[in-house]
Amino acid sequence: MTQPGTDAYPLRVAIIGAGPTGYYAADSLFRRQGLVATIDMFDRLPTPYGLVRDGVAPDHQKIKSVTATFDRIAANPGFRFYGCVEFGKNVTLADLRAHYHQIIYCTGAQTDRRMGIPGEDLRGSHPATEFVAWYNGHPDYSNFQYDLQQERAAVVGIGNVAIDVARILCRSIDELRTTDIADHALDALRQSRIKEVYLLGRRGPAQAAFTNPEIKELGEMADADIIVRPEEVALDDLSRAAVEKSQDRATMKKVEILQGYALRKPTGKSRRLISRYLVSPVELIGNEAGQVVAMRLVKNILVATPTGTLQAKATDQFEELPVGLVFRSVGYRGVPLPGVPFHEKWGVILNEKGRVLDPDTQQPVIGEYTAGWIKRGPSGVIGTNKPDAAETVTCMLEDLARGATLQPSHPEPSAADALIRGRQPNCFSWEDWLRLDKLEVARGGAVGRPRVKFTRVADMLAALNR
Amino acid sequence: MNIASILAKKGPKVFTIRPEQSIRQALALLAEHNIGALVVVDKAGKPGGIISERDIVREAARNEQVFSKAVSEIMTKEVIVGAPQDDLISVGNTMTEKRIRHLPIMDKGKLIGIVTLGDVVKAQRDRYRGEVDTLQIQIMEGQT
Repeated sequence: MTQPGTDAYPLRVAIIGAGPTGYYAADSLFRRQGLVATIDMFDRLPTPYGLVRDGVAPDHQKIKSVTATFDRIAANPGFRFYGCVEFGKNVTLADLRAHYHQIIYCTGAQTDRRMGIPGEDLRGSHPATEFVAWYNGHPDYSNFQYDLQQERAAVVGIGNVAIDVARILCRSIDELRTTDIADHALDALRQSRIKEVYLLGRRGPAQAAFTNPEIKELGEMADADIIVRPEEVALDDLSRAAVEKSQDRATMKKVEILQGYALRKPTGKSRRLISRYLVSPVELIGNEAGQVVAMRLVKNILVATPTGTLQAKATDQFEELPVGLVFRSVGYRGVPLPGVPFHEKWGVILNEKGRVLDPDTQQPVIGEYTAGWIKRGPSGVIGTNKPDAAETVTCMLEDLARGATLQPSHPEPSAADALIRGRQPNCFSWEDWLRLDKLEVARGGAVGRPRVKFTRVADMLAALNR
Repeated sequence: MNIASILAKKGPKVFTIRPEQSIRQALALLAEHNIGALVVVDKAGKPGGIISERDIVREAARNEQVFSKAVSEIMTKEVIVGAPQDDLISVGNTMTEKRIRHLPIMDKGKLIGIVTLGDVVKAQRDRYRGEVDTLQIQIMEGQT
């Protein structure tokens, strides 16, 4: 058997998931010296870019500019895109094994962790990820509805997603209407009666995961005041000692900005974003109709673990916060793929450095790999997935060099193409996406927005006359 | 970023040894698995110490009979243990300051993994590389 990876016999790779990690994995393969690879990338949505399109907030267009990098990778003649093709539904693992030498799963962390408190399922309590998908026009969520007639909302967590949700709830319509926010979300937010948004962190300001530009942005909103309680952003002894020892400038700056907010007086803007620290929800309280009306919070103190991490410990002081809308953003986990070993505890594909492992033998499964959040869990920024994908690709090439790849019966690209189009006649090619992209940008140009998204698969098909 | 993100891609293997086993056996395990330390566990699997190549080298320098000694005689008994939710940065600082190269990770009383200083350095390096890359792209490609 000839070893794949040459002009005459290219290495055939299937990438599942068209998010940033999938592109970084493709790029890493294309850049390896002496290797000829052809790559088919699959996504269950017709559109590419994963969370860059459906996760990154619409008022953060600059972050979305990373798609230009992905487009250059997709322009490689060895690259093909198959949108609207779902792994396990339109194509199975057995299909891929018959057509590719190697498979990489890059499906991200698609579901949220629960808070695990009473009342979590009351009406008005939602995962933040669904709200994000809704305002970004993800087709699976375009029919969702949120009760924006409530005046008070709470966002649990202070990671990037939590901050995005709180900021979008506080933005004025004038700020949002120049973004690529989904039309249905813009219409709903136009009617919003939200007055106060609480952003709840269980630890203190020094431990908060958000970055300084993000906090600074919260203080610069057109029609929302930022409110911070001085006593909650004063450093406790343990945090002060940790900051002084590490001399971490970013943390010092972060605390300085928040303490500056604590000195501000409200300026009478229509909305208030109240950033709270050292509090955890312990219960959501509902009315007779099963609608959340309040949240019970416990006050926390910080304690040091043996490794020096400062963790929240609940006290016996409680308070009640009247809120009619709750978004939880306390962590994410991956969703298992049909036939692919999964590690329940970490919520990732069972793997070692990206090689998928057999759960019984703990040995690598030949030809199957993983990268990104479904490999290591949700951590880091978009670019963190680049070295992560490169680590996986290095394992793939080590395995290729010792002949440990799948032996597909139909490695020719035309065979895979025929199979996929047979299974999903409505699949989207890269050229289809480029046409749709142009249409979206043109719709946006007409109304002074970066793009107006199609938010239903049927509309996307219709736009391409299909 | 926390320790769980390192463990998630390390595979679930943790190499252990019993306290009554010999240093010869410990060395064989270290060599076989190409690792630098073993967690010493009792019959119930509860960690009671850690034995590293450094412990063995130090003993060998003063005692040529080191091979037949029991692991319990030279292991480090006071072990700092981490948890999956521990912050990467705190763990990195603690390991550097206290010169710990191997950190057993326990969750709900169970040994679930071991993190090395190398793992922490690599995770931090990848994090910084990712941030630099993302910032560069925003500067180079950003339109607004």
